[in-house]
Amino acid sequence: MDFGFKLSPSSAVNLDQVDRRRYDRLVQLVPDASTCIGCGSCSATCTAAPWTGMSVRKVLLGLQRGQDAEVDRMLSACMLCGKCTMVCPRGINTRQLILTLCRLDKNGEVVR
Amino acid sequence: MRERFASGFDPFVIPFLIGMVFVLSYCLVAMIRVVCQLPKADRKRFLLSLITPKYIWMNIRDIFLNCLIHVKLWKRNKVLGYMHSSIAFGWFMLIVLGHLEVMLFVPERIHLFYYPIFFNYFVAETEQTLQGALLMFLMDFFLLIVLSGILLAIIKRFASRIVGMRRTTRLSALDQVGLYSLWAIFPLRLLAESFTAHISGGSFMTIPANWLFRQFLGNDLHSLPTWWAYSIALCIFMCVLPFTRYMHIPAEMLLIPMRNAGIKIRHPRKGFALLEVYSCPSCGVCIDACPMSVRKANCQDATVYLNRMLRRGNERRIAEISDKCLLCGKCSAVCQVGVQGPELRVAQRERRKFALTPSYAGLNVQPLAEAVAGKGGVLYFAGCMTQLTPSIRRATASLLDKARLHWQLMDPDGGLCCGRPLMMAGRTEQARELIAKNVEIIRASGCDTLLLSCPICYKVFKEEYPLEGIRVVHHSVFFQELIAAGKLPVTREDGLRLVWHDPCELGRGCGIYEQPRQALATVGDVVEAGKHHAESICCGGSLGSLTLSFEQRQPMTQNALDNLTVANPDQIVTGCPLCLTTFVRLSDRPVRDLAEVLDSHC
Repeated sequence: MDFGFKLSPSSAVNLDQVDRRRYDRLVQLVPDASTCIGCGSCSATCTAAPWTGMSVRKVLLGLQRGQDAEVDRMLSACMLCGKCTMVCPRGINTRQLILTLCRLDKNGEVVR
Repeated sequence: MRERFASGFDPFVIPFLIGMVFVLSYCLVAMIRVVCQLPKADRKRFLLSLITPKYIWMNIRDIFLNCLIHVKLWKRNKVLGYMHSSIAFGWFMLIVLGHLEVMLFVPERIHLFYYPIFFNYFVAETEQTLQGALLMFLMDFFLLIVLSGILLAIIKRFASRIVGMRRTTRLSALDQVGLYSLWAIFPLRLLAESFTAHISGGSFMTIPANWLFRQFLGNDLHSLPTWWAYSIALCIFMCVLPFTRYMHIPAEMLLIPMRNAGIKIRHPRKGFALLEVYSCPSCGVCIDACPMSVRKANCQDATVYLNRMLRRGNERRIAEISDKCLLCGKCSAVCQVGVQGPELRVAQRERRKFALTPSYAGLNVQPLAEAVAGKGGVLYFAGCMTQLTPSIRRATASLLDKARLHWQLMDPDGGLCCGRPLMMAGRTEQARELIAKNVEIIRASGCDTLLLSCPICYKVFKEEYPLEGIRVVHHSVFFQELIAAGKLPVTREDGLRLVWHDPCELGRGCGIYEQPRQALATVGDVVEAGKHHAESICCGGSLGSLTLSFEQRQPMTQNALDNLTVANPDQIVTGCPLCLTTFVRLSDRPVRDLAEVLDSHC
């Protein structure tokens, strides 16, 4: 029976159990990643966003909250068009950030 | 002429023979290796071209003009042109004339490798013959030409500014050995030939030198050691040649036929890429040309150093240099040998491994295709960058309406990326998926013309999209044609000084230089930037660079702006939304797109 609404599954995050290795490695490789203020300019301009909900802001948040599946889904939608880099008020090289993330495995190691 | 020694041999030729055999066998093996590394289809194409008369003629002409005369270098810098062609062509003529002498006077010795090189040691003059005199004169003449080139080379090494180069490459240790042995060869040859000139005969240089030396050197004991020294200098040069920048001499002779046959880089390290790396003469012209090298930054990331690192196999530096480059293509435009710096870098990027590979196969473009389906006419694809600069989209739309054209917008609420940024990042396979999706939409529209206002899109649509039957056109060309056909009534504003910035992808990338200038000339006075056309300077905002930070790019943008405002224009006009956005941040005067300028005068 569809009543037009449903209960959302719990989205509580236990920060003590979050595996932050990928995020920490990213900050090591692209230090600017830690300067993100989460303004969402990247999400607003993203070419891939209308198709897949891609957002660099959410990727960075997701990494720190352990939402790995969601992060991977968003990353694999990026078309690298570079608009997010152009609008970022912090001047973060988001393309480099995304490409670097794509090179990291689950343990935060760069694949060779 | 008669022979001095019945055996026709002296031990001093041994070093030369060792060097000669080594360098010839090394080059032969390397050549076979490069040809074998080509993909099968390319190899067949190349080998076929070697027996096609049209290509044979083209190859001979290009090798003669580029390797010996250095025509391209002459056009760029007369002093450097003379320096290179005097050494290359002079040396070539010395070898040819040496063989001619042997063939004329001692034909039975022609099979000996060393005879034409050391001819003057092995023969004695019997009576003055006309041919002998002429050949001797020519030998001395070309030796003088080579020596003048060597003198220039020495001056250039210690004061590169005199010959018009701001920066030159730092030589590796082996390069220095090669350089100094090359410098030593010809003065030693002059000395050696002078010491034996009273026996073998000589001409305007060797005979007076011989006379001079005889005034204070009492005997001939120094003659043989000088011939030994000459032979050893040749040996050292040839033995180090494969490991120095002088490898470009043999490599270029293979590069030219391969390029003429249309071979492209297919593997980052093998085949044609390897050949390009070895063809780099390390001249360093790309260092001054590179837009990244402004304020002496990033000088170590020019193409010449990429080639050097590729030869050394320094993976860390290769990755660093490849990822930093703006891919503006200026190094290729100024390269005398035609090393394709950007293509070489993209090939390295393609090699990179990723833990996560994007996929766009699941995107449903049906709604976009349906929106434009069957409407025909002109299809305008604004593209990602133009979505960020809506004024360009509005101006283009307005111009299309003013020209009363039947047109539609392909991506009114944002579309897919064209795929070029992915290609620049080395993700060619993924780019192909986007290309397939976009082609689906374009084909559904039934359009006859695809209009682009972004050169980044334009290049990839033109080169990579299977769009037979559809005209792919950049808006600068399209509007110029409309103006020329009288469909856009533009009004001229006298005294309005406009400078055109050639975007890398449009100019060097697609060869479009004149149409935008012609279009601009209808609304104002076009002035030129300091460096323009194929040598225009990248705005610094290029998507080509993966690692350059915002702060690192700013001096490049400022440098490009300084170059554009040399003639003090009122407005800077460009045809690329990315250049526009980059310039606007730092420019002291209005920066506008061509469409905006035309629309405001129409």
